Amino acid sequence: MPEKIVPKKTPMREQPPKERIKNFNEVPYGYSPEEAIAEAKRCLQCKKAPCISGCPVEIDIPGFIKFIAEGDFKAAIKKLKEKNVLPAVCGRVCPQETQCEQVCTLAKKFEPVAIGRLERFAADYEAAQGEAPIPELPPPTGKKVAVIGSGPGGLTVAGDLNRFGHSVTIFEALHKPGGVLVYGIPEFRLPKAIVYREVDYLIRCGVKLVLNFIVGKTATIDQLLKEFDAVYIGTGAGLPWFMNIPGENLNGVYSANEYLTRSNLMKAYLFPEYDTPIVRGKRVAVVGGGNVAMDCARTALRLGADEVHIVYRRSKQEMPARAEEIHHAEEEGVIFDWLTLPIKYIGDENGWVKEMECIKMQLGEPDASGRRKPVPIEGSNYISAVDTVICAIGQGPNPLIPQTTPDLKAGKWGNIEVDKATMKTSKPRCWAGGDVVRGGATVILAMGDARIAARSMDEFLRTGIW
Amino acid sequence: MVKILKKELLVPNIHFMILESDFIHLNAKAGEFVVVRADEFGERIPLNLVDWDERSASVVFMEVGTSTRKLGCLKTGETIADLAGPLGKPTEMVSDKKILVIGGCYGIGAIYPVIKAFKNNNNKIITAIEARSSFLLYWQEKLKEYSDEIFEITRDGTKGYAGHIDKFLNDYLSKYSVDMVYAQGCTYLTYLVSQTTKPFGIKTIVGLNPIMIDATGMCGVCRVIINGETKFACVDGPEFDGHTVDWQNLLTRRHIYITEERRSLSFYECEKYG
Repeated sequence: MPEKIVPKKTPMREQPPKERIKNFNEVPYGYSPEEAIAEAKRCLQCKKAPCISGCPVEIDIPGFIKFIAEGDFKAAIKKLKEKNVLPAVCGRVCPQETQCEQVCTLAKKFEPVAIGRLERFAADYEAAQGEAPIPELPPPTGKKVAVIGSGPGGLTVAGDLNRFGHSVTIFEALHKPGGVLVYGIPEFRLPKAIVYREVDYLIRCGVKLVLNFIVGKTATIDQLLKEFDAVYIGTGAGLPWFMNIPGENLNGVYSANEYLTRSNLMKAYLFPEYDTPIVRGKRVAVVGGGNVAMDCARTALRLGADEVHIVYRRSKQEMPARAEEIHHAEEEGVIFDWLTLPIKYIGDENGWVKEMECIKMQLGEPDASGRRKPVPIEGSNYISAVDTVICAIGQGPNPLIPQTTPDLKAGKWGNIEVDKATMKTSKPRCWAGGDVVRGGATVILAMGDARIAARSMDEFLRTGIW
Repeated sequence: MVKILKKELLVPNIHFMILESDFIHLNAKAGEFVVVRADEFGERIPLNLVDWDERSASVVFMEVGTSTRKLGCLKTGETIADLAGPLGKPTEMVSDKKILVIGGCYGIGAIYPVIKAFKNNNNKIITAIEARSSFLLYWQEKLKEYSDEIFEITRDGTKGYAGHIDKFLNDYLSKYSVDMVYAQGCTYLTYLVSQTTKPFGIKTIVGLNPIMIDATGMCGVCRVIINGETKFACVDGPEFDGHTVDWQNLLTRRHIYITEERRSLSFYECEKYG
């Protein structure tokens, strides 16, 4: 057996870096059917299948891969959709290398099976065949559920509860559905058409969607509970963090949320065809080391920057971004300033940022997060010229609902407190999950929470027992 | 799509629009705002909520850039892409006070629900509306209904008090005492009001209008410096104590996209009329 194993993943063709930094088209092209079959055949179909427990939504990974290996792509997508309502999204944005692929049996000696790429292939193959068929639904239970937020968590809850026969209405504050998938993740990493396709599928399955409805303001949770039997709060991490250092309110200093929302949701990269503008900086500094920072840096390049720096206070080893995102950013020419912390922004006479003062860091003992704590090196300050700064140091839970729902228990950082086994909040008939509970995390973790909540909500709706 | 139940040009460049909405009245309060988007290509812009009922929400806006120009071109019976709200914190209510309420430009419309709420809370209302010239004043009759006294101020002296708002305020406050001043209008007007009332030591609440996108606290573009601390106007405001605002920073931040705004408007005009 072992001599037959192909040690490396089947490569995925991509747009060459020099070309792709001039457009917002998706970077990887995806597998052809032949490539997918070749990659699927690398799967050992091992009995233990550790990949399944590595997946927060427990997809039957060997199951769907086996169908691809056999060329039965329709069966593969059906298998995937048993557990995941957003395979085209997850296949693109999940941190597979720290989840399913990390524990793949093959990964002990070779490269793991490219599970994410195969998931993407199956979903894209189905989409290419035209409208996905609607599954048969059980008779309606007559119970009504409100899902607040149409991000990955909200869509998952909606999909699950709809399949259990409950009537589901999703309330979205923005004018487009998808939450972080449309305002946060750039087109070149996740084409918006894919998100809208998935939302459209849910609507065809009978889920109702209300846009421009800000729960907490347009109607409170208590007002919703008069009409609905249960509520799921999946409002995400919509509170940008700043560092509270001098000069942060200068023109040209953005939060990552603003920068990405302008570019993605409002299509500022197509300005003036679209009305929303964005500053097209020439020397851009992105502060932070997560996926959001990579997205900002790569967006800035595409908007015409000559030089984009990622300024991160630890070293490459501690960076929270996915390896693939760092790799893509490096290929595209993003410059990494490791072990560097901005301490001050300096403005010109018109109130625009023109320079940033940074201090170099060294790594000390591990801190609470287990990562080595960065410590400033005295006297290592230096100043560099910038015309745009994007602060991508993280975000907190959106505060609107905790603020307007007094009996909903929230923690010190505004995160809604839940029972992890059921995702029940302190408020009867209210569940919550994803970033509003965890702070900024990943799409798939929000979907995992949603799955737990959906089961618990279904049980409550059937039994009436809280 | 949101239907325009009524669209009216109040005075040159200032429009009144009643938009269909089943939701906004549920929680709407004076001092709040809505976000609208004219069409699929449009920006999200915040507009003061000036009135509402079970089936509608109304706004008054001034035509400045592409977004408001697009809205200004629409007619009764046509539609806009999106309407969301109410947003922001409502005006903090007081009672048994004498309040001088000032409105300029679109602010003349924006103060309407505020004086109504103040009046209904048993306050004495002195209303002062100002414009460059008499033909730019509007809604005097509507405002009179909830005002104990109303002053018209024109910079060219064509009607009422002649001069700018600071001159009027200085005159008025030297002669009469008030418990509080409240102002809505452009950043310059609210700045001027705050500067003028400061030496008198009169509490002054102003409605600010920084740039916004989502208006739910998510993007942070609307940040204003209040008492040295950064606040988000969309969720912590948009009304603040005018004596605590860092006006220089606010005025600077208002101009972030001035070049792009000009480019956008000329692109739009070319597309539409070129």
